[in-house]
Amino acid sequence: MKEIVILSGKGGTGKTSLVGSLACLAENKILVDCDVDAADLHLLLDPQARSQNEFRSGVKAKVVSDRCSGCGVCVDLCQFEAISLSHVAQINSLRCEGCGVCAHFCPEQAIILEENYCGNWFISDTKYGPLVHAQLFAGEENSGKLVSFIKRQARELAEETGADLILIDGAPGIGCPVIASLASVDMVLAVTEPSQSGWHDLERVLDLAAHFRLQSFVCINKWDLYPEMAQTIEASCAQRGVEVLGRIPFDPIVVACQIQGIPVVCNEQSPAAAAIRQIWQDLRTR
Amino acid sequence: MQIAVASGKGGTGKTIISTSLALCAPGPVQYLDCDVEEPNGHIFLKPDLTSRERCTVIVPQILEEKCTYCGKCRDICRFNAITLFAKTIMTFPEMCHSCLGCFQVCSEGAIVRSEREIGVLEAGMAGNISFVHGRMRVGEAMGVPLLKAVKKKADQEALVIIDAPPGTSCPFVEAISDADYVILVTEPTPFGLHDLKLAVEVLVNFSKSCGVIINRADLGDARVEQWCQQQKIPVLLKIPFDRKVAEGYARGQTLVKIRPDLRPFLQALIQKVSA
Ligand code: SF4
Ligand code: SF4
Repeated sequence: MKEIVILSGKGGTGKTSLVGSLACLAENKILVDCDVDAADLHLLLDPQARSQNEFRSGVKAKVVSDRCSGCGVCVDLCQFEAISLSHVAQINSLRCEGCGVCAHFCPEQAIILEENYCGNWFISDTKYGPLVHAQLFAGEENSGKLVSFIKRQARELAEETGADLILIDGAPGIGCPVIASLASVDMVLAVTEPSQSGWHDLERVLDLAAHFRLQSFVCINKWDLYPEMAQTIEASCAQRGVEVLGRIPFDPIVVACQIQGIPVVCNEQSPAAAAIRQIWQDLRTR
Repeated sequence: MQIAVASGKGGTGKTIISTSLALCAPGPVQYLDCDVEEPNGHIFLKPDLTSRERCTVIVPQILEEKCTYCGKCRDICRFNAITLFAKTIMTFPEMCHSCLGCFQVCSEGAIVRSEREIGVLEAGMAGNISFVHGRMRVGEAMGVPLLKAVKKKADQEALVIIDAPPGTSCPFVEAISDADYVILVTEPTPFGLHDLKLAVEVLVNFSKSCGVIINRADLGDARVEQWCQQQKIPVLLKIPFDRKVAEGYARGQTLVKIRPDLRPFLQALIQKVSA
């Protein structure tokens, strides 16, 4: 079984549209959306939830008001400015990191720690195969734990169904969730666009992949919006020894398909779709 | 006055808009790039970065000669940053949240402060804009402490434009928490709408005033605008797709340089949201 993660660093490079299309082209696979903060893949794949489950991770502190004497010990101990005092201690749960230090030292044992329900995860059926996805609640810490968790679920599912590929829509950025989406994959396909910011963020993603010794490939979306920059990016990839698998042209059909809620490769006329088919041909043989 | 520019979804044009807002602001203005994972504001504003500070967090270092292997520090740490097997104690600084619990419980004085670098804070001037950004170290997992450090630089006397990170999780909430007004930049696609709804939900919870800028307004459908109308969220500006903007953006040019005609609109927008 092979695991491929599609990453972009910068948002808006067309990563999700690309993954939606690869989902349609690849056979016998499990799909995973690791963007648990702003998951969009489901908008293209129209999933029917087979199961919805709660995701709990870490704890949050809670004050039992009638035990609190208002001594303020916890206020001084909390490193996250999550506790304030007005007669009794008040905890701002968005700031609480769940370290439990306040509960440990409270002389009245007035602070309890409750398991934190921070999001939902789903296994769904789509036209293109099973999809494992999740939605973290707003303001929660995107620690990468939910990402690791749904990847584990996907792996189990793949073993059950005998799938030979796990296709992962990675998280944006370069922090915890991305690191979690990279763990134990076989290859990285980084999508970028020909702009200063696109290049800058691509470099950071490739650095990260190199940091974990992963094999990376690159594709340049909307390359014709600034061909010189596309060339610069290709040259810089060559220098790093990273192969550029393809260029996808700017194509308004991509947005039209998003609006219809279908992957762009479903459209026979689209030049972007043709490029994506070629990229997949190349990638599957690696 | 703090105006945060956020987007829910990445890549909607948040940075090209926030940088140009800073360029159009009357009077003293500061630009804080709070997208510490992918700071891109500097590409457009090209600041002269004259100061550079390492941003660190406190992590424990254990003095083995004083350690009695009692395991109290391991027990209090809820982040598995300390392990103990028989007489081997180890810390994992990258897992540490700097809660200082282990320092508090150690009765042997065996834990001393060490630090982990999470990134750098750079600042300087871009014309008359005071510019600050944080750059997270590659491989570092936690961005929020660096984001907080960037926000600490906020100048009370200036109009502060905050470029907020994408998404709606903890870094986004932290970035907008002190803002007086939040501008959400979106695009008229189902992705844009979906992520806009998530962002608005958070802002409503925090009772923040917000308005929307629809970028590439003609590459999509009318659902975003209709939804804004229903929710009574003002659409502050619509910017149509323009190959010139896409190309100029790609070269690192600012929106007001590519489209000087937008300047009065951005100025009016600042006035409107500061009122
Ligand atoms: S659990 Fe930790 S972060 Fe939460 S309120 Fe207590 S001391 Fe603060
Ligand atoms: S400071 Fe807190 S998180 Fe860090 S090692 Fe000590 S107990 Fe664990």
